[in-house]
Amino acid sequence: MPTDRLEVRKTYKLYIGGAFPRSESGRSYPVTDSGGKFLAHAALASRKDARDAVVAARRAFAGWSTITAYNRGQVLYRVAELLEGRRDQFVALGSTGDVVSAAVDRWVWYAGWCDKIAQVLGSSNAVAGPYFDFSVPEPTGVVAVIAPQESPLLGFVSVLAPVLATGCTAVVVASEAQPLAAVALSEVLATSDVPGGVVNVLTGRVAELAPVLAAHMDVNAIDLTGAFAVADPASVVELQRAAADNVKRVFLPGPTPDWEADPGLTRIRAFVETKTVWHPVGL
Amino acid sequence: MPVPTPSPSISGLVVEYAPAPESRAVVDIKSTYGLFIDGEFRDPLDGTALKTVNPATEEVLAAVAVAGPADVDRAVAAARRAQAEVWGPMRPAERAKYLFRIARLIQERSRELAVLESLDNGKPIRESRDVDVPLAAAHFFYYAGWADKLAHAGLGPDPKPLGVAGQVIPWNFPLLMAAWKLAPALAGGNTCVLKPAETTPLTALHLAEILQQAELPPGVVNIVTGAGDTGRAVVVHLGVDKVAFTGSTEVGKEIVRTLAGSGKGLTLELGGKAANIVFDDAPIDQAVEGIVNGIFFNQGHVCCAGSRLLVQESVADEVLDRLKRRLGTLRVGDPLDKNTDVGAINSSAQLDRITELVAAGEAEGAQRWSSPACVLPSLGWWFAPTLFTGVALSHRIAREEIFGPVLSVLTFRTPAEAVEKANNTPYGLSAGVWTEKGSRILWMAQRLRAGVVWANTFNRFDPASPFGGYQESGFGREGGRHGLEAYLAH
Repeated sequence: MPTDRLEVRKTYKLYIGGAFPRSESGRSYPVTDSGGKFLAHAALASRKDARDAVVAARRAFAGWSTITAYNRGQVLYRVAELLEGRRDQFVALGSTGDVVSAAVDRWVWYAGWCDKIAQVLGSSNAVAGPYFDFSVPEPTGVVAVIAPQESPLLGFVSVLAPVLATGCTAVVVASEAQPLAAVALSEVLATSDVPGGVVNVLTGRVAELAPVLAAHMDVNAIDLTGAFAVADPASVVELQRAAADNVKRVFLPGPTPDWEADPGLTRIRAFVETKTVWHPVGL
Repeated sequence: MPVPTPSPSISGLVVEYAPAPESRAVVDIKSTYGLFIDGEFRDPLDGTALKTVNPATEEVLAAVAVAGPADVDRAVAAARRAQAEVWGPMRPAERAKYLFRIARLIQERSRELAVLESLDNGKPIRESRDVDVPLAAAHFFYYAGWADKLAHAGLGPDPKPLGVAGQVIPWNFPLLMAAWKLAPALAGGNTCVLKPAETTPLTALHLAEILQQAELPPGVVNIVTGAGDTGRAVVVHLGVDKVAFTGSTEVGKEIVRTLAGSGKGLTLELGGKAANIVFDDAPIDQAVEGIVNGIFFNQGHVCCAGSRLLVQESVADEVLDRLKRRLGTLRVGDPLDKNTDVGAINSSAQLDRITELVAAGEAEGAQRWSSPACVLPSLGWWFAPTLFTGVALSHRIAREEIFGPVLSVLTFRTPAEAVEKANNTPYGLSAGVWTEKGSRILWMAQRLRAGVVWANTFNRFDPASPFGGYQESGFGREGGRHGLEAYLAH
C-alpha cells in the first residue's frame, strides 16, 4: 500500500554500561535475512568495545551480586513482562510466536530460580568439631558469553538468564549473522529494572571479540556455546588456552544444545563458586 | 637426631623441654619401592629411580621407581580394565565396604603412617599424628558412605562414573591429599592413577600396601611415582577421562592449556595468599594462636595458609607484641619430637624459593623479624618463623605465595578497607576473620572472595566440608557432597 510516510529506521548499536553506543571503531556490517535481503547495519564491535564492556560489567557486579535473591528474581520477572509486551517486534525480526513465548517463559523460569539456588546448591556440613559449617553458592563474577548462532532470541535468553540468576554480570557476543534480536532484547533490558552494566551486548565477529574476552584478566568465566558454529576447532581450543591466564571457568556446551528442552541446573552450576564458612559454636 | 632445644621465655618464665622423640622403629622403610600397578609393586620398565630424603637430616630414606610413559600406559590400562570389569559394575554397597575397610586400616596403622609422613615430609609428628593421618582415614570413611547414595547427591537420579581419574598431588600433605583424591573418585565408581610428589612418595606407597590388605581389586588404584614428567604423562594420557591436580597455580595453568580441547574433566586446587583479618574487638590471645596456626602450621607449606595478616590499626601494636612473644616460644627442630611446633622445609628447592622471596621483601623495604631465640639445626633444610612489618600491597611478599613460614603484616582501619585489601589478590582460596561480633563475621564472610572463610579459627579441615578456590586458586571443590560433582557424569 503506497503511503506518504517514510518509516523511521532504527540504528542498531551496542549495549554497554546501560547506554547504546556505536562501536568506537565506527565500523558496522550489513545484516541480511535468510534470503539475502538487506535488513540493517549492525555495529561491528571492536576489541576496545569488548574491554569497555568488561569494565562496565565489573562495575555493575558489586551491586547486582549483593541485592537480595528475591529482588533479583523480581527484576528478571520484570524482563519477562516487558518481553511479552514487545512480542510483535521480535516476530517482525524473524522469531516465531512460539519462540518468543518460550523466551518469555525462560525468563520466568530463571526468575524463579534466584532465591532457590542457595538451597539446592548449598549445604550444611556436619564436621567433627564444635563448628557450624555451611556452604553457599556465590556468583563467579563477570561472565563472557558467546551466544548461540542459530537461535538469536531463545538461545540468547537461555545463555544469558542463568548468568544473571546467579548474580553474575555478563558481556554477551550476539549471533553474528542474526544479531538484531539481541539488540532489540537489549532495549527491553534497558527499559527494565536490570541495572546498566549488568548485561552488555556486543555485535560483531566472534573471531575478533572472543579472543579478547577469553584472555581478559578481569573476566572470571566464559561460555563458549556459540563459538563452535563460527570458529574452527583449533580456534576454540585457542580460546580455552587463553582462558588459562587467569584460570577462568570455561563452559562448553553439550554436542547439540536443544534450546526447547528443560535447561536444568547445568548453566547455574557453571557460574557459581562454593564458599564454605566455619563458625565456632560456644559460649 | 640431637637438636638444641631453645629455652623459650614467657614473661620471664623459662620453660625447658627434654626431647620427646617418637620412635622411627614403628615404620619399616624398604630400601627400594616399585610402582603400584594392577595390584602389585612392579619394577619400572626402564629401571630408573629417584631418592627420597628426610628433609630434617638429608638422609636418604629410599629409592623410589620413576614411572616412564610405558609404565603410565600400564597403569592406565589396568585402571581402565578394572573400571570396566570390576569396580564400575560392582554393587555400590560393596564399593562402600572397601572404602570403609581402607579407612579402618589407616586408623590401625596410624602411628606408622604418621612417623613415615614426618620422616619423608619434615612436618612435626604432632601434626601428622593429629591432623594428616586422622583426616585421611576420615576422608575414606566419609566418602565410603556416599558410594551407595549417589542418587541422593543432588546430581540427578542416576549419576555415572567418568571412568579413569588421573590425579597429581603435592608434597605438603602427601597422605591426606592422596585420600582427598582417591576417596571421592572411588566412591563414584571411578578407578585411579595417582601420582604422588617426587619428594614425598612414601606414605602413598604404604597406602598401596593398605589397599592390598583391604583386598581392593587389582587396578582400581594405581600409584605411579616420579617427578614432573610422570605427572605430565598421567595428565595427557588418552585413557584418562578426568584430571585432578593440586599444586602450584603456574602448573595448573599449564595443565589447562595442555588439556584444552581434550574433552577431559578437570579440577584444580592451586595456590593462595590468604588474608587473616583481626579486628580490634577480637580476643587477642586466641587470635594470636590463630595467626600462628594460620601461617606456621606445616611450616607454612599450606595453600590456604594465612600468609597475610590484616590487623586493625588500633590493636596492631598489641597484636604484634604478643605475636612476637609467641613466636619466641615456637620450637623449631626434629619433626619426630612430640614437642616440635615447626619442622623442616620440605626440600632445598623450596628453601631457595622462601629465601629468595624473603630477600625480595627486605629489598622492597619491608622490615624483617625472626625470634632471636630460634636456633636452627645444622643438617637439613630449615627456616626460622619470620614476619614482615611495613608491608605494602605491592610488595612481592604480599602478592606471591611464599609457601613457607613467613608472615606479611598489613594494617587496616575500617571493615571495608579490610575487605578491599583481602580481596586484592588474584588468588581466592581462604580467609580468616577474628572478631567477637557475629554479624560482622557474616558481613565479612559475604564479601571475602575466597572458597573457605574461617571465623575465629583457621586451617580447619573436614571431609564433610567443601574446600577449593575462587579465581586463580583453581576450580572445583573437594570434600562434602560438592566433592562428588567432579567425579560423576550428571
